[in-house]
Amino acid sequence: MHNIYSLVSGPLAWVSFILFVGGCLYRLTSMAVVAGEKDSMVYAYMSFRYALRSIFHWIIPFLSTNTKKHPFFTVISFAFHISLLAVPLFLIAHIILIKESWNISWWFLPDTIADFLTLVVIACCIYFLVRRIIRPEVKFLTSFSDYLLLALIAAPFITGFWTYHQFAGHKIMGIIHILCGEIMLAAIPFTRLSHMIFFVFTRGYTGSEFGAVRHARDW
Amino acid sequence: MSGPVTNTVEPVPDEGIIQGASKLTPEKIERVINKVLESEAGARLKTYVDTCVHCGLCSEACHFYLSHDHDPKFSPAGKVKQTIQEILKKKGRVDADFIKRAAEIAATECNICRRCSMYCPFGIDIGYLMLTVRRICHFLGVTPRYIQDTAHSHSATMNQMWVRDDEWIDTLMWQEDDARREIPDLRIPLEKEGADIFYSVIGPEPKFQAQLIYQAAVIMHTAGLNWTMSATPGWDNSDMCMYTGDFEMTARLKKTHFEAASRLKVKKIVMGECGHAFRSVYDVGNRALGWKMPPIPVIHAIEFYYELIKGGKLKIARKYSKPVTFHDPCNMVRGRGLHEIGRYVTKATCEKFIEMEPNREHNYCCGAGGGVVNCGPPYKMKRIESSKVKAEQLLAVKAKGAKTIIAPCHNCHSGLEDLIRHYKLDMDVKFLGDIVYETIEKKK
Repeated sequence: MHNIYSLVSGPLAWVSFILFVGGCLYRLTSMAVVAGEKDSMVYAYMSFRYALRSIFHWIIPFLSTNTKKHPFFTVISFAFHISLLAVPLFLIAHIILIKESWNISWWFLPDTIADFLTLVVIACCIYFLVRRIIRPEVKFLTSFSDYLLLALIAAPFITGFWTYHQFAGHKIMGIIHILCGEIMLAAIPFTRLSHMIFFVFTRGYTGSEFGAVRHARDW
Repeated sequence: MSGPVTNTVEPVPDEGIIQGASKLTPEKIERVINKVLESEAGARLKTYVDTCVHCGLCSEACHFYLSHDHDPKFSPAGKVKQTIQEILKKKGRVDADFIKRAAEIAATECNICRRCSMYCPFGIDIGYLMLTVRRICHFLGVTPRYIQDTAHSHSATMNQMWVRDDEWIDTLMWQEDDARREIPDLRIPLEKEGADIFYSVIGPEPKFQAQLIYQAAVIMHTAGLNWTMSATPGWDNSDMCMYTGDFEMTARLKKTHFEAASRLKVKKIVMGECGHAFRSVYDVGNRALGWKMPPIPVIHAIEFYYELIKGGKLKIARKYSKPVTFHDPCNMVRGRGLHEIGRYVTKATCEKFIEMEPNREHNYCCGAGGGVVNCGPPYKMKRIESSKVKAEQLLAVKAKGAKTIIAPCHNCHSGLEDLIRHYKLDMDVKFLGDIVYETIEKKK
């Protein structure tokens, strides 16, 4: 067990970080190169000001018409994304691990709040799953990979919750948790989770076209 | 609401699509698709398709989806799934039946109105994805017959309606003659080098709406403007090739149009009330030719009337008395942000203005744009049924008292008139130019 722990928390963690950072850099660079070759207009029309204007209107809930039209979904998806980022980054257990490795640390969330936010992520994943199954317009778009992606996101949070509360088998669960987190991180650049890195570019480009060329709003 | 809406997607029998698809082989399909993907489809296509998380939030942006009782096949992302997503997944190994369906979806179940870009949280340009499907279908020779005929007209005559060069000049002279009964010294100047304004229209104006040229001439005359039209090809600013996926022809058409204006050494181009033509000149064709923005300043009629009224060059004699509402055409509003000045002109010329909901950038499409109305009679009922939500929107504004719909776009006119007839809305559709012509103090 100790050997496995050393493996997942040592070399595999590095593999995961490298895949994440390297993968993101690779995806962004290849997008930039291909855009230069075949979509050079993107560079001509991308406007910093209008890209930011559009991103601003979509990153704040209830500024865009569509977020106003679906208030429940808006609350769910913002709560989901905020919790999804906040828990792994500001969990004291994670920060201690990082401090032990590199002697750097930062602000952390009180455990009860982190615990609550973990439940928020899990509950949101369940909501997304149910929504995928029962809403015809979402079901039509859904393929197996969409369920897999949802499982990929939920897994580190479910296993993390299990480990923190020391339910039965929490030692093995802890190892599974680390592994799940690593898989999720490494999957970001290579799956539709890449919207994390591409959001600013797709939104920003549409915002630029709408704002600088067409003098219209896109929210 | 009269007129039942069917949810089944029965293929519309279209000779262009059927005959085109009958000549396809799996090898040809794969070769053509991969050629397009390799040579043209780049970062945008890949990023858009990879970024979509299949959330379905674009659905309610689309009038096809709303009009077909929320049938997911008609949602923007649903159309992507049935076309380009599958093409990419199978690396072009799709069969002729798939191409037939893809051609029908891309050409007739999307008006490329870009409303969905405003509802997708990532701003994915689904209109662009549908145009990429049309581009593939163009190279495969699978396009609806009627719009393809229009594209043929463009390539043979450089205008949309098979208008011959002498017929064009003859039509202008006929309109000048007619207008001289009202204003004896009115001219429709042709080939006037060094004029301030180059006025261009779409092919259907000389073909069957020549009175619009008459009206424009009266407005120009009254405002005392130094203007001209071209006697040579280039007088037509329209472009259905942009919608069939024939982007090479788009470039030829816009080159001819810009060259006619530059040959006459004008200061700016003023375009008649057409939406797609404006998109082609202002947004698409200039890019096809390598210009970031049009090489000669281009303004749409809405902006032109606004400048004349605001600048005091046109005086309103008697305002239009029937209560009006304003339909925001996609290419004038999401395409150029002319919604506020359109309202300025409307309020300056009409006694009572009533807003329809939703409006401005969020207005529903007329259902005719993006080349859909040009796909002709085979699709007419499908088009009308797919705009049920537009008819409901009009009915709601009619209930508030609106009698006349001002729609400053040719395609919107055709679409709205069909809706009014089918859904028995009993409203009028007018161009902004009709209203301006009717209400100004004319210089005799």
